[in-house]
Parts: sequence; C-alpha cells; structure tokens
Amino acid sequence: MPSPEFAFHELDDLYQEIILDHYRSPRNARNLENPSVIADGNNPFCGDETHIELIVGAGKTIQATGIVGRGCSISQASASLMSELVTGKTAEELSTIVQAFRDMMQGKEISAEHLDLLKDTQVLAGVRQFPVRVKCALLPWVTLLDGVSRVENDSPESSK
Amino acid sequence: MLDLTAIRNDFPILQRQVGGHPLVYIDNAATSQKPNQVIRAITRYYEDYNSNVHRGVHTLSMEATDEYEKAREKVSNFLNAPSSDTIIWVRNTTEAINLVSYTWAQSHLSPGQDIVLTEMEHHSNLVPWQHLAKMKNLNLKFIPVKDDGLLDIETAKTLIGPNTGLLGIIHMSNVLGTINPIKELAQFAHSFDVPVLVDAAQSIPHMRLDVQDLNCDFLAFSGHKMLGPTGIGVLYVKQLILDQMDPFLRGGEMVLDVGFTHATWNDIPMKFEAGTPNIAGAIALASAIDYLEDIGISNIHEHERSLTEYAVSELDRLEVVNSIGPRDFSVRGGIVSFDIPNLHPHDLGTYLDHIGIAIRTGHHCAMPLVRDKLGLVATARASFYLYNSLEEVEKFVTGVASAIRYFKA
Repeated sequence: MPSPEFAFHELDDLYQEIILDHYRSPRNARNLENPSVIADGNNPFCGDETHIELIVGAGKTIQATGIVGRGCSISQASASLMSELVTGKTAEELSTIVQAFRDMMQGKEISAEHLDLLKDTQVLAGVRQFPVRVKCALLPWVTLLDGVSRVENDSPESSK
Repeated sequence: MLDLTAIRNDFPILQRQVGGHPLVYIDNAATSQKPNQVIRAITRYYEDYNSNVHRGVHTLSMEATDEYEKAREKVSNFLNAPSSDTIIWVRNTTEAINLVSYTWAQSHLSPGQDIVLTEMEHHSNLVPWQHLAKMKNLNLKFIPVKDDGLLDIETAKTLIGPNTGLLGIIHMSNVLGTINPIKELAQFAHSFDVPVLVDAAQSIPHMRLDVQDLNCDFLAFSGHKMLGPTGIGVLYVKQLILDQMDPFLRGGEMVLDVGFTHATWNDIPMKFEAGTPNIAGAIALASAIDYLEDIGISNIHEHERSLTEYAVSELDRLEVVNSIGPRDFSVRGGIVSFDIPNLHPHDLGTYLDHIGIAIRTGHHCAMPLVRDKLGLVATARASFYLYNSLEEVEKFVTGVASAIRYFKA
C-alpha cells in the first residue's frame, strides 16, 4: 500500500516542533512539596486533564510550578509552555498574561506589549485556526487562574 | 456484494471535499449520512402535504396522518413487532430510555431491587438509571466486560436473579463493536420474570432485529444512525407492559377527554406521544427503512464485516496501534476503536481531518468503559456503513500510518 507523506501548512503551524517537544518532554512535570495551592481542570470532551500545584510566596508571587496531566499534545504542551512562563510572576501579572493568551486564542487584536508577555507560548497561536482545539490550549491557563484566585481569597491553603 | 457506485451516488454528501480531499466519512456510529430518497421524503412532506396529524378533517391532514401511521407500520414490520400499537415515536434512544425509566420503572421497581446493566453501556442507558436508583433506592449492578471485549455471561447469570427489577443491555457496543447475546440473556432474565430493555441504537442500522425472537420487553433506537433524520427515534414495548404504563409527557395529542380539572388518556401508542410529533422525521425514517430493505440488511452486515476485518488486520500491522474489541468478527459490528500510546486521539483526528477523513475521537459517551475499565483518556474510532469502500479503509489506514510518522509516535 502506498504511504504518501502529506504536507500541510496549517497543520505544521499547529504542530510546530517546539509544541511537539513540550508534549513529549513536558517541563515542570512534577508534584511539589507543600504546595500553597492545588488546582485541577479537565475537559470532558477530549478527556484532557491537568493538575497544577503552586508555591506562592510574598506578594502573591509564584515561586514554583508543578503540572502533571494527560491529554492531547495541545493541552499538554500548553501546560508545559505555561509553566515556564508563569514562575516568578505575581498574581496581578498573571491575570494580564492569561487575558493576553486568551485574546491570542480567540484571534483578537493584541498589543505588541501584551504579545511580548506571552514569550514562547506565542507558538500556540496556530491553534486558533482549529476552533475545536482552542479549549485544549486554554485548559491549563483557566485552571491556573482558578488556583491563583483561591490563593488571593484564602491564602495559603491547599484545596480542590 | 453491494453495488457501491450506485449506493454512493444516492448520497449527495459523499461528493464533497474536505481540505481539498474527497470526504472519507467513517464516523457512522455517531450518525449516518442520508440518501436522496430520505432527503426527498422530507422535502416532499413539506412541499406537498405538510399539516398536523390526527386532528384535521381536511385533505392535507388526512394525507399526513396516513403517511405518518404508515411509517409506524413500516417500523413495526421492520422489527417484526406483533402490532404497530407497540411502536412509540420518540426523539432518540436517550428519550426512549428516559420514557421507560420515568413511567414503567418508576411505578414498577421497588426500593432494594437491582437494575442490572453492563460495563459497556452508552451514557443513554446508564445515566437515567443512576437517577432512578437514587430516587428509589435501587442498586445498580454491572455485567463485566472481559479482556476479549465480550460480556462475562457466567457472572451475568450470578447478577441476574429474583432481586433484579430490570436488565438493561446495549445490543452493540459503540466503542468495542461487541454484539451481545440478547436472546440468551433475555431468556435467563425471564426465568426470574425480569423484564429486558435493549439499547439497539448501534445494532439496528446494521443487522436484522426481530423483537419477538429476541423476546425483549423494551427496545430503543434512533433514526439518524440508520440513514434517517435526527430527532426521530423509536421505543418498542411489549403490549402487556404497555397496557400498564402511565403516560410520560402530558398535554396535547395524548388525551381522550379533558375537563378543567381532569383528563383521560388516549389509546396506546398515542398516549405516550404528547404534542405535535416529528411528522417529517417519522415519514423519512420509513423511507430510510425502505432503502435499507432494498439493499438488504444482511448484505450490509456482510459488507461491513469485511471492511472491519480488513481495517483491524491492517491496523495490526502498525506496531504502535492497539486496537480494541472482539477478534471474533461474528460477534462484532463495523466499529474499530484503537489507541496509540504517544498519539492522542484528538491529534490523530485533527490530522486525519486534514486529509478529508472523518473519525470520532473521545470517550464516545461511554466514559465508565473507556476511562475506568479500559484505562484510556479517549480512543479513536472508525465506524463503517454500507457506502464505505475498501479503498476508503485503505486511505484511513494509510492516514493513520502517516500520522504516526508525523507525530513520531
């Protein structure tokens, strides 16, 4: 049987090598000792799961991030890329970053300044061509915000 | 042998392209495509005799009523039901099962009794019973699925007994493709006077069903997986049981006499059909049945079996693919679910879509089976129907192989 290699640009845009690399070797994929907060998110449509642990210090700054999960390459790479970006950020900075990421996913106008904040996670921009997959990319970000919002309310406590 | 060229010409959608490639539609377990004959039955109804049924004395209403009731007759004959009074129109399988749970089961099951289901149920034959079990203090018990994808019949016979109030079984698993031995289990259940409900959503499009031979008490299915439109489905109920059932929804159409403070119910089956029904849907389902009968259900079944055997053997040659479901193809329908350890089904699905191939990816509305029993996040599933060709299966397998290389899985 012939097995042609199919070439498609949109697909290559979605599945850039850096994304597949983060999928295969996720960064910060670990559980933390005494996390300040734990947040779980899942996407029942895909079966994507993400479990985020954070150590949050003075000034609501994220000092350490651990993310374990399973699911499609987009959700898992998004979590991995996000984990590298958010460590060292304050809760306030995070809400701006997450909003910028959301805007990028939804194909909205985004300022150069905000785009800068997204650093490597910009490689996920190709996902917006695939509306059903946007939810996959957003899952870890939404879950992170949920976790961080709980720190703000009743810090420092671990809850689900 | 099916005349695939002629069949494919009847399905206008098969002419379309997706991503610049001819559509390969192998997501038939989700819903089937519709032939011209079915599409025309719908437009003919709306163009020629659209009107409400069972209430007008004018020509259009009589014509609509006539076609609508002939459709019921058609379904009844298709199932070899003893009378068309036993055929209740519903929207889909899920509604049919809810109807049984809210009417018969609500009044006939008592606290402490067991409802026996299988581990391979679709959510449609699970979630309604979870609700009823909570409301009425019933126990849910599950016939296990063995590693070979078949039900553990020995254990089934220890679960079904004098304390069982209902046995509910999916006829063909939408994940594994397994065809369950309904007749044998029904016979066993009846020895304890346990009624049997069959979810025939996946089986009826592909195989001959005879409700008298199966001797089931309830049988539910949807029209849209068998070439019919969405929004029309059927519940068959054995006459003796039907006579004791209370209505489900109350309102127009299902009444005989209404006063300000009371009402009496119409005869069966109308007693269970409140409000204006999906008239065009019922009529179009009848034309879908005509289409299937013309080709012959057993021919369709044989065709799908050869596609399935071919797909499974070709996927086996791709080392990283684990395909699931029975290897005995005599007890398996045209469903091929599989897992590739380092390639998530959604990534595969997106990849295949780019070359025009439509498969299903996810938990297939059977989360307990896929996640808790098989231990998978999701699976990819190809499911075949009468219009699929061997060449399409080849394209699919080639696409999977190509995806494996692309993702280095």
